[in-house]
Amino acid sequence: MTAIMPRSRLRAGDTLRSSAGSLRSRAWRAALSALGIAIGIAAAVAVLGVSASSRAALLAELGAEGNLLTVSAGQDFTGSPAALPVTATGMIRRIPPVQSVCAVGYLPGVTVRRTAAVPAIDSGGISVLATQTSLLRTLGGSVARGTFLNAATARYPAVVLGAVAAQTLGIARVPPGTQVYLAGQYFTVVGILRPVPLAPEIDEAALVGFPVANARLGLGGHPTEVYLRTEPDQVQAVDEVLPFTVNPAQPEGVQVSRPSQLLAARAQAGSALTGLFLALGAVAVLVGGVGVANIMVISVLERRSEIGLRRALGATRRQVGSQFLAESVMLSALGGVGGVVLGAVATTAYALASRQSVVVPLPAVGEGVAVALSVGLLAGVYPAARAARLTPTEALRAT
Amino acid sequence: MTGHDGMGHDGTWQDGTGPDGTGPDGAVQAAGRDAVLELVGVRKTYPGSAPVRALAGVDLRIGAGERVAVLGPSGSGKSTLLHILGTLERPTSGVIRVAGRDVSALSDAEVSAVRGHQLGFVFQQFFLLDHLDAVGNVALGLLYRGGSVPERRLAAAGALARVGLGHRLAHRPQQLSGGERQRVAIARAIAGHASVVLADEPTGNLDTATGAGIVALLTEIAGDGTAVVVVTHDTGVAAAMERRVEMRDGRILSDTRQPGSATVAAGTPLTT
Repeated sequence: MTAIMPRSRLRAGDTLRSSAGSLRSRAWRAALSALGIAIGIAAAVAVLGVSASSRAALLAELGAEGNLLTVSAGQDFTGSPAALPVTATGMIRRIPPVQSVCAVGYLPGVTVRRTAAVPAIDSGGISVLATQTSLLRTLGGSVARGTFLNAATARYPAVVLGAVAAQTLGIARVPPGTQVYLAGQYFTVVGILRPVPLAPEIDEAALVGFPVANARLGLGGHPTEVYLRTEPDQVQAVDEVLPFTVNPAQPEGVQVSRPSQLLAARAQAGSALTGLFLALGAVAVLVGGVGVANIMVISVLERRSEIGLRRALGATRRQVGSQFLAESVMLSALGGVGGVVLGAVATTAYALASRQSVVVPLPAVGEGVAVALSVGLLAGVYPAARAARLTPTEALRAT
Repeated sequence: MTGHDGMGHDGTWQDGTGPDGTGPDGAVQAAGRDAVLELVGVRKTYPGSAPVRALAGVDLRIGAGERVAVLGPSGSGKSTLLHILGTLERPTSGVIRVAGRDVSALSDAEVSAVRGHQLGFVFQQFFLLDHLDAVGNVALGLLYRGGSVPERRLAAAGALARVGLGHRLAHRPQQLSGGERQRVAIARAIAGHASVVLADEPTGNLDTATGAGIVALLTEIAGDGTAVVVVTHDTGVAAAMERRVEMRDGRILSDTRQPGSATVAAGTPLTT
């Protein structure tokens, strides 16, 4: 007899359809067992998404060009910021590509307290800075409450608090008559600033006008730091001429820095917290994978008669195994996709709540799904092998 | 799809014995040369501390279109016999031929393919998948032969019509009565035009009247040229089969058609 040997054939699409059908018929169980992987992937995607969104927001705030420069004279022998020449601001303003300039003067030994009753030692780490009215324009900051200093209030005992300073002092709003005790006299709080990421030192400061600082706090007109913005393509050139412009007599004592560069580098580096959350996400995915493997083993035990039936209908060991493997991978893929969606939703919610632009990093999405697929493959190997090893009679007998 | 594993009868496997080849003397022929299933000296021993000898040398030939009942008390080896006939289990020694081909030496994949193409199964517990409708369950019988979904569903609908369930195509097993479920299972067994349908206590879970309907259906199938082997302890079911094989202690105690005997000893003659 020369009969052609028949062969069992199972199309890939049929394997997937069979597996999907089995999962659908136990939808709740499938959803619950995919949840572990989903949570892990969601955590990872959300952490990466939130940090990417924050970074994007920060870079947007810096202005992609990063054209802010700060000039200081380093520290004097007491550790306080050293003074720059009184002429520095005017000289810098004469450099053609410079768009805006703002000088601040550090007032050493001046403290701010809520009232005179608070001991002087409880300064809360708040420094007092004299500032020009161009500060917000130069740094790109804004007021959260009240107003900033203007030409008039700069002459009077008025103060604007940085975001952290206001918190330290316990001042959340500025109704008329809000006062703080500053260098032995009461100053009226006229405004509170939003955080200034480019110059965190402003957040921890109480800001007064130069005229009042000179007249009542003995500043003497010397700035200690100058902020300036230049035309974006001239940053390097301005950087080079700044020391000679600011202090021709001692250019080597002048320090020029670009806080935007520092911040960008820090943002790029990512925080230790990000790593921690990613590790937690990985653990969750791992545990989720064990859960999927567990469910698949149970599924093989429960569905012995189905395995026996399929073997009787012509399924080979390999085809039975591949169906269970496909189920495991599908279950994990479900978790992966669900996790990516959850993570993206969390990122979006966070970004919208903190008014940042939403950035869901595509590599994280791809990696999330890829990790889920690999976990599913690994989790499915043992159950699939068990299903394949079952002989038809063993499987059919188990009812 | 090739004609070889198509929905029609397969000449190479049937070796020329089709529905038209069976007649009054076709039955004799079936019992003689053209066995669709053949066991020669089959023994089966289950190993263990006290080895169980389930089959102690069985010779059996099943011809095309034959209706055979295998009877015997529990422990007589009739279920083992059915499993070995269905290639679900391999004998410890002896030869099993499906359509003339010795399957003892075939690989697992090859034996699986023989099952998928040549043999149909009907079980006492029906073994229908709850999440598939009737057509889906019957189409499962063709899943491992590689046809497309529309082809399989079409053949499945045809098989359901043959078992009288043409109006129940989209019903799920939970929506069907026991008798209807067993009809779906029979449709699944015959959808691929198996040359032998092996039924293990097909009426065991059914009441007498419903069981009689199932037996009538199995008889009808045999009329179309498919051999039917029913394992049962129900003498009523056995009486409806043209040939009865009685098992006791792993041996064939009696066979109403002895191998080599030219006469049809009992049962109704085959009709087309």
